[in-house]
Amino acid sequence: MDQRDPGSSPTLRVIDEPLREIGGRGSRSTWSSITEIVQHRQLLGRLVNREIRARYKNSTLGVVWSLMRPLAQLVIYYVAIGQFLGAARNVPDFAIFVFTGLTIWSLFSEIVSSGTGSILANAGLIKKVYLPREIFPLAAVGGALFNFVVQFLVLVVATIVLGRLPLSPNLLYLPLAIVLMVVLGTAIALVLSAVNVYLRDVEHLIDIFLMVFFWASPIVYSVTFVNEALQGSWIEQVYLANPVTLAVLGMQKAMWVAGVNDPSQFWPDDLGLRMLIALGVSLVALFLAQRVFSRLQGNFAQEL
Amino acid sequence: MNITETAVNTEAIISVRDASKRFVLHKDKSIKDRILYFRSREKSRSDFWALRNISLEVEQGQTLGLIGHNGSGKSTLLKLIGGIIDPTSGAVLRRGRVAALLELGAGFHPDLSGRANVYINAAILGLSTAETDLVFDDIVEFSGIGEFIETQVKFYSSGMYVRLAFAVAVHSDPDLLLVDEVLAVGDEPFQQKCMNKIREFQREGRTIVLVSHSAEQVADVCTRAVVLDAGEIVHDGDVGEGIRVLREGYERDRVAAAAKERASADAAEQLAGAVDILAVDVTTADGKAAGAEPIAPGSSLTFTIRARVNSPVDWITGFTLQSMLGQTIYYLNTKGLELETPTAPGDYAISFTLPDVNFGRERLIISAGAETGDGVTIAQLQNAGHLDFAPDPTGGGVVQFAATGAINSVERVS
Repeated sequence: MDQRDPGSSPTLRVIDEPLREIGGRGSRSTWSSITEIVQHRQLLGRLVNREIRARYKNSTLGVVWSLMRPLAQLVIYYVAIGQFLGAARNVPDFAIFVFTGLTIWSLFSEIVSSGTGSILANAGLIKKVYLPREIFPLAAVGGALFNFVVQFLVLVVATIVLGRLPLSPNLLYLPLAIVLMVVLGTAIALVLSAVNVYLRDVEHLIDIFLMVFFWASPIVYSVTFVNEALQGSWIEQVYLANPVTLAVLGMQKAMWVAGVNDPSQFWPDDLGLRMLIALGVSLVALFLAQRVFSRLQGNFAQEL
Repeated sequence: MNITETAVNTEAIISVRDASKRFVLHKDKSIKDRILYFRSREKSRSDFWALRNISLEVEQGQTLGLIGHNGSGKSTLLKLIGGIIDPTSGAVLRRGRVAALLELGAGFHPDLSGRANVYINAAILGLSTAETDLVFDDIVEFSGIGEFIETQVKFYSSGMYVRLAFAVAVHSDPDLLLVDEVLAVGDEPFQQKCMNKIREFQREGRTIVLVSHSAEQVADVCTRAVVLDAGEIVHDGDVGEGIRVLREGYERDRVAAAAKERASADAAEQLAGAVDILAVDVTTADGKAAGAEPIAPGSSLTFTIRARVNSPVDWITGFTLQSMLGQTIYYLNTKGLELETPTAPGDYAISFTLPDVNFGRERLIISAGAETGDGVTIAQLQNAGHLDFAPDPTGGGVVQFAATGAINSVERVS
């Protein structure tokens, strides 16, 4: 209604951008997804920040709580498995051993479990604004990495206090183990977060899956026990093919000085090579996971 | 501004090409259901086409109003344009920065403070931290949140939510603003503020797509209207015409519902039917039936109620003119005019004459009724007809005038 709008004639804004197809029936190329995420990196940072801050917003102790769980686990495993079941007798520095394994394990399990729920948890946003949806599982990864860093600092302090500060070339295993867990965890989180939208059972399934993987990796028992029991059979090779096992072993090799120096401990041959292969496989899995995710994400807004 | 003028800048900012959207409705959700009825799977799902073959070009600087009934697909179309859902077939093309205001408080985290949420929301809309710092004070100022900006958002009222969300959206410097019905939540001064902001955006040449149920709001700001009905575009272009198309759709539904109601009430009315209202005729001064073409302001109208008295009763009769939204614009009855109605059985024509009608509403619905002297309804005739009035060329509202204006310079009073 012209007569009610006596404004000056509109000045034309300049948008130097061609018309671009949006959405495009669900699936985008991996490359365009990556560039989109890079464009939104500031938002990603804010979402990670939000995740961390919101989690401890109303608690007095705040971020200290992210330490309580692994510390409680440490005490339980140290007492029950180390002392009562006697695992500590054959494992030097059992406390550091367990905490090393727990630290890398909780990185993986937190990426997987909070990543799986991330799309559902952000349903409100997904239904209202367009964002590259990969950003939500990635924000969960960021939150998990933050917790990992806090735990890792505690681990470092513990090694200093006990005079076992690991300063050796074995430290190179550390970044490899972390990257391996982040890549693999992200791949799993991407697929499961998308599937979880359509089939909510996944959330419950994942708890069981994580429990099995926890005991299938040498976190609270030494891999030496496995070697003694399986005597290098093909089952042991299967056990050692598990990337989580490899990452835990790599982490122990880097941080658990007493074990590395103890000749009675068993270490698989070519641990570094095994980890690199696992990393390669995980990278392929991550690529495939992104394809699956981008195929499924088109219908998120209406399924949530 | 109207369509022909804005057509000068032919740069499209949104291009919807033959887009359709299908929703699949599953009736079974649990695994048990899926296994049990695996064979009849096809039966347990039904398709619903929310949009069918929509093609739409929106040029830069236009303000487009999407209107339609509930469930006509306007919000779905807006979500398609926003990229929130993908079309089942066809394509949606777009360029520039978009800010979408769909439902309330998109992306607010209840446990975080207003300030933290502003930064997150601005990042979602594509603003960097440095850019947000620059406009932060303006956002707080515009939203009127004041000191509550440091309070957790979960303690906000729904009005505060919307105000903050709208404030962030309009300060994110969008090329395209998508607004879905959210403004209805704010109080009147805030709605006014939003409308002013939208007009400012228009002057700055930004593009706005607005979904609204309020025909007045659309008529007020939009330069173009698209009317959707059952997922299809039934009108695209002039705003006034669009609103008329929409209202015709409303009236069709209303008349159908009223007819149904009348049919069921008929039996009961026969018993109490001491008086029947048969029809209401409206004629202009020259005796022609009004309603064929819009009535010019200043015409004189005669309303004739045709009533039949079946048994002797003391009664009064009159008519009402209502807007499309059911608001009574005018009513008149025999009691007001102190006319004595005959009580003996027979057919009567009761005429009322209104000189110089100057209704500003484009369409009014006529209803007539009869009551006893104590106000008990005897007969009613809802939707006896409608009248179209010529639109006001100068002002707007419920009535219209042959208005004039003048501008004089006056001495400054110090």
